[in-house]
Amino acid sequence: MATLGDLERSIMERLWENHSPLSAADLKDELAHKTSAGKDLALTTMLTVLSRLERKGFVSRDRKVRPHLYFAVTTRADHTAELLQQVLGAEPDRATALAHFVGQVSPEEAETLRQLLTQRAVQLPEDSVATDG
Amino acid sequence: MLFASVTLAALAVLLAWPVPVLLAKAHWPTRSPGIALLLWQAIAISGGLSMIGSLVTFGLIPFGGSLLQGLAQLPQLLAEGPLPAGTGLIHIFALSSAALLAAHLVLNLIVTVTRTERQRRRHRSLVELLSTPLPDRPGAPIHIIDSPAPVAYCLPGARTVTVLSEGLVALLDPPQLEAVIAHERAHLRQQHHILLVAFQSWRSSLPWFPIATRAQVAVSLLVEILADDQSRRHTDAETLAGAIALVGSAETNALTTNATQFVESSAALASERSAVSMRVDRLVHPEPQLPLAERVLILVAAAVLLAVPLVLLLAS
Repeated sequence: MATLGDLERSIMERLWENHSPLSAADLKDELAHKTSAGKDLALTTMLTVLSRLERKGFVSRDRKVRPHLYFAVTTRADHTAELLQQVLGAEPDRATALAHFVGQVSPEEAETLRQLLTQRAVQLPEDSVATDG
Repeated sequence: MLFASVTLAALAVLLAWPVPVLLAKAHWPTRSPGIALLLWQAIAISGGLSMIGSLVTFGLIPFGGSLLQGLAQLPQLLAEGPLPAGTGLIHIFALSSAALLAAHLVLNLIVTVTRTERQRRRHRSLVELLSTPLPDRPGAPIHIIDSPAPVAYCLPGARTVTVLSEGLVALLDPPQLEAVIAHERAHLRQQHHILLVAFQSWRSSLPWFPIATRAQVAVSLLVEILADDQSRRHTDAETLAGAIALVGSAETNALTTNATQFVESSAALASERSAVSMRVDRLVHPEPQLPLAERVLILVAAAVLLAVPLVLLLAS
């Protein structure tokens, strides 16, 4: 059984691939073709998930036509850029306060770290010889 | 009251300038990061209490009696008067400043926490759409995002998630990846995000105070060090240091070729530089933690820092 999260993901994949807007029924058919999970989807489930995605700001719909046609607000690449911006964001007071593994470093710092790695690569075989012997 | 006010003001000044500056320069916090973190918290709380407390005790001097009595009478006297004889403009000014400062700190905390929550929710929905969970992993879920930049971070909250990028998976070998995952899970387990948000708010409320800026930079480094130490329980220092150095040296390439908007100000870079080097350095050349006596001494100092403003306020 696919979770709502999985369903949201597959719907967005379809919308990102399709450049023209799709109705909920079109989307349901496409999902039914491409994924096994889409086979026994109810149209109401599709509508629920689509309105969730609309509320989150990922999907918009053309309300002038019946049935409503849904389309992705922006490309996948744009969303990925937004996500990375939040993680690596330049402003020091970024409110997400995410603790990420290694922040950005200056080119000089990167060079120092690289030298350190090469030194260690040279040292490592000696170490392993020593432990083997 | 005057004695308490002057002592609290002196304490506030000490904790706003020389103490955080000295502690930020000290080397020992990398040896005993947990204790250093406690000391930073004691400095922040004691500093805030002293600043507000000094203004309140000064403003209440004409009211006589104890601080609590003075505070209890204050609303009625302000509304209906008459104010006690000898109440000057300067006393009213001190009381108003105390109220404003307290409100400023509390409101800023509320704003920071709310904004953080909102951004995290948005971030979580982005992660859920753009990433795939790693199947068959015990523990909190790990999501992989499709990006060449090597990044790893964790999202706290009701459903915690560790996020890694394709770039990171390609860059590191499996033991190094495990070290990174252990590092991120340590952040989640030890609830580091609460400290980070608190000091973030502290910094944005008092941006011109060393107490706040240094504290925030130091606390961000200390939580990384604590997470490194947790990660080292599962892997050796060599592997973890290698992972940090690889990610640190690779990231610039990824960023300069992809996106110039990620380039940070030189000041932020400088602090990041020393932070990454320091982490690698203490893994490669490990130092023992502080001797027990010194650790106890620092803990006692932290307790005294908290007790002094409280005792002065309650006794005055």
